[in-house]
Amino acid sequence: MSNLVFDGAKGHDHGHDHEHDHGHHDAGEMKIYGFWIYLMTDCILFASIFAIYAVLVNNVAGGPAGHDIFELPYVLGETACLLLSSITYGFAMLAMHKGNKSGVLGWLFVTFLFGLGFIGMEVNEFHLLISEGYGPNRSGFLSAFFTLVGTHGLHVTSGLIWMAIMMYQVSKHGLTNTNQTRLSMLSLFWHFLDVVWICVFTVVYLMGTI
Amino acid sequence: MFGKLSLDAVPFHEPIVMITLAMIAIGGVAVLGLVTYFKKWTYLWTEWLTSVDHKKIGVMYIIIAMVMLLRGFSDAIMMRSQQALAVEGSPGYLPPEHYDQIFTAHGVIMIIFMAMPFFTGLMNIVLPLQIGARDVAFPFLNSLSLYLLISGVVLINVSLGVGEFARTGWVAYPPLSELGYSPGVGVDYYIWALQLSGLGTTLTGVNFLVTVLKMRTPGMKLMDMPIFTWTCTWANVLIVASFPILTGTLAFLTLDRYLDFHIFTNELGGNPMMYVNLFWAWGHPEVYILILPAFGVFSEVISTFTGKRLFGHHSMIYASGAISILGFMVWLHHFFTMGSGASVNAFFGLATMLISIPTGVKLFNWLFTIYQGRLRFTAPVLWTLGFMVTFSIGGMTGVLLAIPGADFVLHNSLFVIAHFHNVIIGGAVFGYIAGFAFWFPKAFGFKLNEKWGKAAFGFWISGFYVAFMPLYALGFMGMTRRLNTTENPEWTPYLYVAFVGAVLVAMGIACQLIQIYVSIRDREQNRDLTGDPWNGHTLEWSTSSPPPFYNFAELPKANEIDPFYAAKRDGEAYKVPAKYSDIHMPNNTATGLVMGALLTVFGFAMIWHIFWLAAVSLIGTIVYFVIHAARDDQGFMVPASEVARIEGEQHAILAKVRNDQTNTPVNKLEQA
Amino acid sequence: MANSHHSHDAASHEPASHGSFKSYMVGFVLSIILTAIPFGLVMFPTISKVATLWIVLIFAAVQVIVHLVYFLHLDRSAAQRNNVIAFAFAGLVIVLLVGLSTWIMFSIHTAMMAK
Repeated sequence: MSNLVFDGAKGHDHGHDHEHDHGHHDAGEMKIYGFWIYLMTDCILFASIFAIYAVLVNNVAGGPAGHDIFELPYVLGETACLLLSSITYGFAMLAMHKGNKSGVLGWLFVTFLFGLGFIGMEVNEFHLLISEGYGPNRSGFLSAFFTLVGTHGLHVTSGLIWMAIMMYQVSKHGLTNTNQTRLSMLSLFWHFLDVVWICVFTVVYLMGTI
Repeated sequence: MFGKLSLDAVPFHEPIVMITLAMIAIGGVAVLGLVTYFKKWTYLWTEWLTSVDHKKIGVMYIIIAMVMLLRGFSDAIMMRSQQALAVEGSPGYLPPEHYDQIFTAHGVIMIIFMAMPFFTGLMNIVLPLQIGARDVAFPFLNSLSLYLLISGVVLINVSLGVGEFARTGWVAYPPLSELGYSPGVGVDYYIWALQLSGLGTTLTGVNFLVTVLKMRTPGMKLMDMPIFTWTCTWANVLIVASFPILTGTLAFLTLDRYLDFHIFTNELGGNPMMYVNLFWAWGHPEVYILILPAFGVFSEVISTFTGKRLFGHHSMIYASGAISILGFMVWLHHFFTMGSGASVNAFFGLATMLISIPTGVKLFNWLFTIYQGRLRFTAPVLWTLGFMVTFSIGGMTGVLLAIPGADFVLHNSLFVIAHFHNVIIGGAVFGYIAGFAFWFPKAFGFKLNEKWGKAAFGFWISGFYVAFMPLYALGFMGMTRRLNTTENPEWTPYLYVAFVGAVLVAMGIACQLIQIYVSIRDREQNRDLTGDPWNGHTLEWSTSSPPPFYNFAELPKANEIDPFYAAKRDGEAYKVPAKYSDIHMPNNTATGLVMGALLTVFGFAMIWHIFWLAAVSLIGTIVYFVIHAARDDQGFMVPASEVARIEGEQHAILAKVRNDQTNTPVNKLEQA
Repeated sequence: MANSHHSHDAASHEPASHGSFKSYMVGFVLSIILTAIPFGLVMFPTISKVATLWIVLIFAAVQVIVHLVYFLHLDRSAAQRNNVIAFAFAGLVIVLLVGLSTWIMFSIHTAMMAK
C-alpha cells in the first residue's frame, strides 16, 4: 500500500512514532472490519425477510402460487449475471492489488454491466407480474415475494450506484489508499449480495417449484 | 404539493396541546435568544454541533435524554392524574383519543428517546477513555448517529403540534397499526421516528464494537477491559444483532401502509401475529441493551467506592455474555397468550427463568465486593443500593410472569406494567443517574452537589415504590393496562396512592434540576483538579477533568485489570513522558448535521405523503454524503508542542494539588 | 503480489487474504456446478421431490460456503478470525431467529386451527 499514491495527506509523514503509523495504516483495515459487521446486520435483516416469506409463502388468497409464476430458465439467467459479476469483481480486486488502474476500471465496468443486466431482468419480471395483476397487493405470498426479491434488488442497485461512483473516483484520483479501502468494502458488499441470492433462488424459486 | 398536510393538522381545538406548544415555543425562543444575546452561535457550531469528539457527542446525547425524560415524565404524570381522577366511571380530563397518544408516546419516549440516548451518551464519554483510546473507530459516523437520534426526537416532538401521534401503544401491533384502523399520520410518525433513530443506534453498535476490538491501548487484553466497557460491548453486540429485526419489521409495516402490501394485514393472506413475533424478537434484546450498561455502571461505582477491586471480574464478563445470548431465546414470553401452545410456551418460559441465574451471579459479585470493604455512601452508591433491592424485586416478579400459567392471568394487566417499570426504573434509570453523577466531574471538571443528589434519590426511590407497588396489587385485582377510566371502586384508593408516588418522583426530578443549577453555580468550590475525584481504578480517571480533546498524550500502559489502580499502586501514575509526539485527530464536520436535517425532512415528507419532497431530501442526503466521502478528509495533526503545552498545564495543577495536600498524597490508595 | 505492498511489519498486518486468479476460478466452477445441478433437478424432475429438496438445500449451503471461502476469503487464519467470529455469531442469531420464529408461527397455525 505504501507504494501507491496517498491522496489528501496533510503533512503526513510515515517516519515518526510507530503508534501513529500503526493507527493510520490500520484505519483502512478497521473500516473494512466495521463494514463487515454492518454486513452481518444486513444478513440479519434478510433473515427477518426470509422468516416473513416462510410464514406467508402459502397465503396465496386465491391468487397464484410460486409455481404458477416462476420461470426457472429466466431465473437461471439472472443467477448467471450475478455469478459472473462476482467473478469479474474478483478480477477487479486482483488488478487492484497489482496496482493496475486500467484493469480495475475495465473489470468494474464489466461487473457493472452484468449487475445492470440482473436488475434489468428483475425489473422486467416485476413489471410483467404487476401487469398481470399479480403485484404485491394481491396476496400475502406476493407481498413477501416482492419484499424479499425487491429488497435484494434494491441492495444490488445501491451497489451499482456505489460502483459507478468508485469508477469515477478511481479514474480521477487513481488507486489511493482510500479508494482501495472502499473498493474492498464494495467487494464484500457485492459478494455478500451473491450469497443472499443463492438463498433467494433456493428458497423462493427452486423450493417454490419443486 | 403538500400531500396530506394542511392547517387542519394543528390541533387548535385542544387546549392542553396548544398550551404545551405555547410553552415549548416560549422556551425555545428563550434559549435561542439567550444564545444570540451571549453571541455563542459560532462557539456552539464549532465546538459542539460539528464536533466529532466522542466526549462532546456523549454530552449532547445525555442532554437530549434529560430533556426527553421531562417530556416522557409529563406523559406519566398526565396518565397517573387521569387515572386518579377518572375513577368510578367519571371521564377525567383526557379524552380517549388523547390518552391513547399519551401512553404510546410515553413508552416510545422513555425507551427510545430517554434510556437509549442516556446509555449511549455515557458510553460515548467513558468507553474510549476506559480503553485508553483517543476516539472511537469512526468519529464521523458517531456524529451521524447523534443526528439520526435527533431526527427521531424532532419528529416525535413535531407530532405534538402537527398532526397526531400513534394511539396503538408503544408496540404498535397490527391490525390496529395498519391503515384500516389507523388512517391518520400517527403511526407514520412512530415508524419514521423509530426507523431514523434505529439506524443511528445500529451505526453506534458497529462503531463501538470496532473501537473495542481494534483501538484498545497496547497491552490491554479483552478480558482485562473494565466491566462498564464490557457490558456496553455486550449491549452493542445485542444492538447489531437485534436492530436489523426492528428495521425490517417497521419496513414491512411501512410497505403495508404505503404500498398496500399484505404482510401483516388481516385480509388477503397477511399474518398480524408475525409482527408481534418479530417485534419482540427485537424488543426483548432491546431491554437487555438498556440494562447491561447500567449493570456496568454499578460495577464501576461499587468497586470504586468500596476501594476494593471488583469481585469476580471474569465471571461478570461471562455472566453478561450469558444474559446476552439467552436474551435471544426468550422473546415469546411477551406473548404467551397468543396461542402457540404448551411446548413452545414451556421452552420460552424456562429460558426466561434461566436468565435469573447469570443475573444472580452479578448481584452476588457486587455483594462480595462490598463485603469487608469500606463503602462510602455517596449519591452514586445510594442509587446502586437502591437498584439492588428494587431490581431484585422486579426480577422476581419477572420470574413469576415467566410461568405461562401465571402469565395467562396477568398478561396485559398492571402487574406487567409494575414489573417492567420495576426493572427499568430500578435498573436502567437508577444506573444511568448513578453513572451521570459518577462521571459528571470527568466530563465537566467539577462535582455535582451531593446534598441535592441524595435528596433526588430519596424522592425517586420513595416515589417509585409508592407509585408502582399499588400497581402490582391492581394487577392481581384484575385492572388491565392502558385504561383511561375505571369503574371498580376497590381500585380507587390504589390509584390515588399511585398518583402520590408520581408526585414524589416529580419532586425527585425537580431536585435533579436544582442540583444541576446549584452545581454549576458552585462549580469553583467543587472543581475536580486532579481528574481523579473518587480514587478510581480505570484509565478515564488518569486524565484531567475534562480530558484534553485528544484524551491521552501517550497511549497508556495497561497490562492488567484496573490499570490506573495498578499504576497508582506501582507509583507509575502521572508520569511526565520524556517527549511528546504529534497526534493525528479527525476534523470537525457539518455532514452529520446536514444529513440528519435532510433525513428529518424526508421523514416528515413521508409521513405527510409529500412524496416529491421525500425524494428530493433522500437524494440530497445521499449526494451530500457522497460529496463528504469524496472529500476524503484525513484529519489534522496536533503538533507535539501543543500537546506539551496542554499537558504542562495539567501537570502544573497536579503539582500544586500535591503540595497543597501534604497529608493525603494524590497517588496513595485508600486502604480497604 | 503478496510482498509488493507491505513495507512494514508483515506479521501484525497480514492482509485479509486477497485471493488469486486460481482461487476465484475454483470458486466460480464450483458455484456453476452447485447452481446447475439444483436448477436441473427442479426443471427436469428426475428423483423424488423429497430428495430433490434435500439436494437443493444442501447444495445451497455448500455454495454459500464456497462463496465465503473463495470470494470472501474467510479462512482459519488469525487475520480472518474476527470476521469468522462475527459471521458465526450472526449465523447463530439467524438460526435462532428463523428457527424459533418458524416453530412459533407453525405452532400458532396448528393450535389456532388455521385453514
